[in-house]
Amino acid sequence: MNTIVPDAGSGVPLRPRLRGMYRLQWEAAQDAYVLLYPEGMVKLNSSAGEILARCDGVHELDEIIGELERLFSTSELAPDVYRFLDHARLRGWLD
Amino acid sequence: MAPDTALLPKPLWLLAELTYRCPLHCAFCYNPVDFARHGEELDTEAWRATISAARELGAAQIGFSGGEPLLRDDLETLVAHARQIGFYTNLITSGIGLNAERIERLKAAGLDHIQVSMQDSTRELNDFLTNTRTFELKRNVARLVKAHGYPMVLNCVLHRFNLPHVAQIIDMALELGADYLELANTQYYGWAMLNRDQLMPTVEQLREAEETVNQYRARIGGRCRILFVVPDYFEQRPKACMSGWGNVFLGVAPDGAALPCHAARSLPGLVLPNVRDVPLRQIWYESDAFNAFRGDGWMREPCRSCDERHADYGGCRCQAYMLTGDAAAADPVCAKSPHHDQIVQAVEFARRPTRDDERPIVFRSKQNSLAL
Repeated sequence: MNTIVPDAGSGVPLRPRLRGMYRLQWEAAQDAYVLLYPEGMVKLNSSAGEILARCDGVHELDEIIGELERLFSTSELAPDVYRFLDHARLRGWLD
Repeated sequence: MAPDTALLPKPLWLLAELTYRCPLHCAFCYNPVDFARHGEELDTEAWRATISAARELGAAQIGFSGGEPLLRDDLETLVAHARQIGFYTNLITSGIGLNAERIERLKAAGLDHIQVSMQDSTRELNDFLTNTRTFELKRNVARLVKAHGYPMVLNCVLHRFNLPHVAQIIDMALELGADYLELANTQYYGWAMLNRDQLMPTVEQLREAEETVNQYRARIGGRCRILFVVPDYFEQRPKACMSGWGNVFLGVAPDGAALPCHAARSLPGLVLPNVRDVPLRQIWYESDAFNAFRGDGWMREPCRSCDERHADYGGCRCQAYMLTGDAAAADPVCAKSPHHDQIVQAVEFARRPTRDDERPIVFRSKQNSLAL
């Protein structure tokens, strides 16, 4: 798999944060994180949920990646995290 | 035999229609034409209990709607309750009655989002279609919503009269700072069905509006998302009404009737359970009303053997009944329906050269509701 090298063009902010109208919430009924927004919701898979749960505008990307690597006992998650956050940005989820 | 609840879907969306009362008299309202004949509104305690029960079933989105929900003076109490137990709270309003004091109370209650309806970009048409003088008021409300830091959805119902103004409507939404603009083509239920011939656009009007919307989307990027859905009458396949009956949507009418679809009151023979009498869990999982069109066992041909039956669920049951007299028939919007010619004719009729013989529009009002 090719590694995506983050650069200024990727557009993922240094300290990502959900836009004000979005709310991330753990839903026991769905056994998943969901992203809630005006009149809609997206059910997230576990890695997407864990990434967004750390996008609080305080954590830096490197810290988020480090935490996730510890959580999932793996390394080299950076490309996946960047890819997902870029997707999230394009969907308008991030500030 | 009671169905196995583990295999059944959970409701995700609770639509709380707090009241049928409304200061507007919109010609395209989807509320039942006989709204004035329905019973007493649920009180605060009954709504609180209903909201809690829906949350326990798994619902995460709540829409406070109506009628005009701001006419309930317990709206803030209900919003606070819903927000506290984890709902994402949406207020769906005409804006009439929303002042600075009220919006601050709603903010304190934790309201997440406000959808304001606008009827047109011009005072003349807004005031004509709603049979009120509310144009300036609505613009001021939209500004108030943004000033309080809410995400704002502007909703504008489209039809023959305002489709030519789509560019101006988008300009207005941009000027007011809307985050989303829902250009909602009229769905023909309730009062809109009464006025169908008067409201139906021509196919040319629709295509032109769609083209305009696409041009704006390309130009404005992400700052305001524009939703524009071609109305089902102009399609060859039906909409996936409610994302399937008894699948995600749970409506509760002002008097407590539980609704599997906004327009379910129009279906004869469907006994709608009332939240005053039956626990919500039992309503969702076990009632005849919510099971009537769940899954695909109720389907007949051409739906039963159709490859697309799990994509569109056979369309809308209420529309099937209105147009064919049979709620289990294929929605006539589908080109495979033997009744599709009715749709074709209604669309073609909109292109008639003269309208000399047209009936006047029937505005939604208590008086008209009781008279019809």
